[in-house]
Amino acid sequence: MGLSARNQGSLKSWAMLSPLVIVMVVFLILPIAMIVTVSFWQATEWSIIPAFVFENYAFLFGSPVTYKVFVNTFKYALITWACTLLIGFSVAYFLAFHVRSMRWQITLFLLCTIPFWTSNIIRMISWIPFLGRNGIANSVLMSWGVIDAPLDWLLFSDFAVILAFVHLYTLFMVVPIFNTMMRIEPSLIEAARDGGANGLQILWHVIIPLTKPGIMIGTIFVLTLVMGDFITVRFMSGSQSANVGRLISNDIALLQYPSAAATAVVLLGTVLLMISILLRFVDIRKEL
Amino acid sequence: MTTISRRNLLKTGATAVAASTLGAPMIWAQNIKDITLRQFGTGVSNLNEVAAKVKEDLGFTLEMTALDSDSVTQRAATQPKSFDIADIEYWICKKVWPTGNLQAMDVSKIKNYDQIIGIFKDGKLTPDSTIAQGTAPHTVGFTEGPDGTTFANEQTNWMTLIPTIYNADTLGIRPDLIGRPIETWAELLNPEFAGKASILDISSIGIMDAAMVCEAMGEITYGDKGNMTREEIDKTMAIFTAAKQSGQFRAFWKSFDESVNLMASGEVVIQSMWSPAITAVKSKGIPCVYQPLKEGYRSWGGGIGLSKNLSGLELDAAYEYINWYLDGWVGGFLMRQGYYSAVPSTSKNHMSENEWGYWFEGKKATAPITNPFGDVMAQAGELRDGGSFNDRMGAVACWNSVMDENQYMVRKWNEFIAA
Repeated sequence: MGLSARNQGSLKSWAMLSPLVIVMVVFLILPIAMIVTVSFWQATEWSIIPAFVFENYAFLFGSPVTYKVFVNTFKYALITWACTLLIGFSVAYFLAFHVRSMRWQITLFLLCTIPFWTSNIIRMISWIPFLGRNGIANSVLMSWGVIDAPLDWLLFSDFAVILAFVHLYTLFMVVPIFNTMMRIEPSLIEAARDGGANGLQILWHVIIPLTKPGIMIGTIFVLTLVMGDFITVRFMSGSQSANVGRLISNDIALLQYPSAAATAVVLLGTVLLMISILLRFVDIRKEL
Repeated sequence: MTTISRRNLLKTGATAVAASTLGAPMIWAQNIKDITLRQFGTGVSNLNEVAAKVKEDLGFTLEMTALDSDSVTQRAATQPKSFDIADIEYWICKKVWPTGNLQAMDVSKIKNYDQIIGIFKDGKLTPDSTIAQGTAPHTVGFTEGPDGTTFANEQTNWMTLIPTIYNADTLGIRPDLIGRPIETWAELLNPEFAGKASILDISSIGIMDAAMVCEAMGEITYGDKGNMTREEIDKTMAIFTAAKQSGQFRAFWKSFDESVNLMASGEVVIQSMWSPAITAVKSKGIPCVYQPLKEGYRSWGGGIGLSKNLSGLELDAAYEYINWYLDGWVGGFLMRQGYYSAVPSTSKNHMSENEWGYWFEGKKATAPITNPFGDVMAQAGELRDGGSFNDRMGAVACWNSVMDENQYMVRKWNEFIAA
């Protein structure tokens, strides 16, 4: 009697879980398993041959281009992360602690999201005429007399790529940080002030430790988005720089699916490794 | 009310049948309306206007699917059941034909075969012209028999592709920003244009443009630019990598629109370009020239191939379609966009004297020239860049091609992009 009741209970909980399980299996586990499988296959110029060979990985790890491109990808990710963290933290701090009324907090927060009402491709491409040789940025700087000749490095450069990334992804830093900041007990800050801490000390010893989970979530967002991107790099660098995403998209265009899959597996492994290291620093589950 | 409309319907139906019977002297005109042929190919000639005209003239339905050239190759090679007609380039044919997914076409059923331009038959535009490097269409245009899987060295009764559309590509320039004559491919790497040059990032075509430049600079002499050795690929990419690192290129482009924007915004003043892109820049009122160069053109050509799965009435309809294609209407439609038709003599009947003179004979336009969509392409008194058909197609240095060392080349090209 008791046993069957427990069975019934577990059956019920399985039934409640099953939609999620099915979705995860069909849309996450299966595709990844497929990618891993294909990464061991062989390809000619127009056919894919099921096999179990390591030649895709051998070529990947044997080519100097791979390392160069991975270094480039990390470079974009780190610089973008640093910029979005700085801007995102400042914006969230301002919203959470300087804006007193709830109404203004919400209004200003919504203001931050306005750019996200359009597609991120459009937001990215709109930089191109702005930064171009005869673009608004250059003509304004020249009319102010700051520069004599147009700055070429504004567009189709690493600068342009990172600018676009920062523009696209800062909000992913603002939201989680703002969220954790809003949940800091005001009494903690008062206590710190009563204890004689100055503003900087409060920031460093109270606010930053308590917003770590938000920072970590924002970091994961930004890192995974930048590491997996290919279109921003292609457009903003004028196809002149490469990251891992472009390597994969080039392979796909040339029908080299196994090679693309192998690169994707390595990228996935790298990103998972980075995230697991990050999670060592903060136990997100405990803090949420 | 309902009876009237049904009667009207019957009447229109009867007229349509009559019209298609008149147009196509075949008994099966009754059944042909039910036929649907699925054609796929690259965007250039997969035009809805053609499908609409087929419905009007021949009565059957032509479904068009436009894909990029990589996907076209893949589909032709791996999914023979997914199409009836493949509209592909000759270099793609070189890759796809050996798979046996296409069937050879009986030349004796092609009405205008004799009128097809020599380039597609013996490779020669005129009896004394030399054959360009690369995958010249005639080298992959014929096969030994109905079941041949190899290419014949001379004209046979069995064609692999029926030629449809072709053109000669060169560099596009902004004459207003350069301000001096440009005569050679070597100018692409001239330090004078540092930071203002571009090349297309599609490896199989980009490498050919790169080769034209390196040869014009006198740095490399190629055995065959369309089929380079590893050493030639290495040398070519070394020259271009050095140029890239010294900041010669503003950007690389992959899509048609990118090339238009780069040129129109003045970011780039000299670059690889396709002829409709030049037109798009010009239509914004910005001067842009498809500059003829002394080393000649890089040329490309496309044709129609039939799936091996076609038979019976469908196959008859496909032949009917091919004969209609070469009959002039499509040719005129394409030539008024700046491409060339495989049978110019029939296209002439579908063009005005002014259009024929401007596009084909290289004469001054006597009145504004418009394309089939109504956009003005040239004003009275203007000449076509590069001149007449014979001037342009007679100066082809190299055909688009696929190399034996293709995979090696692609790797080297990726290194160049990542460098």
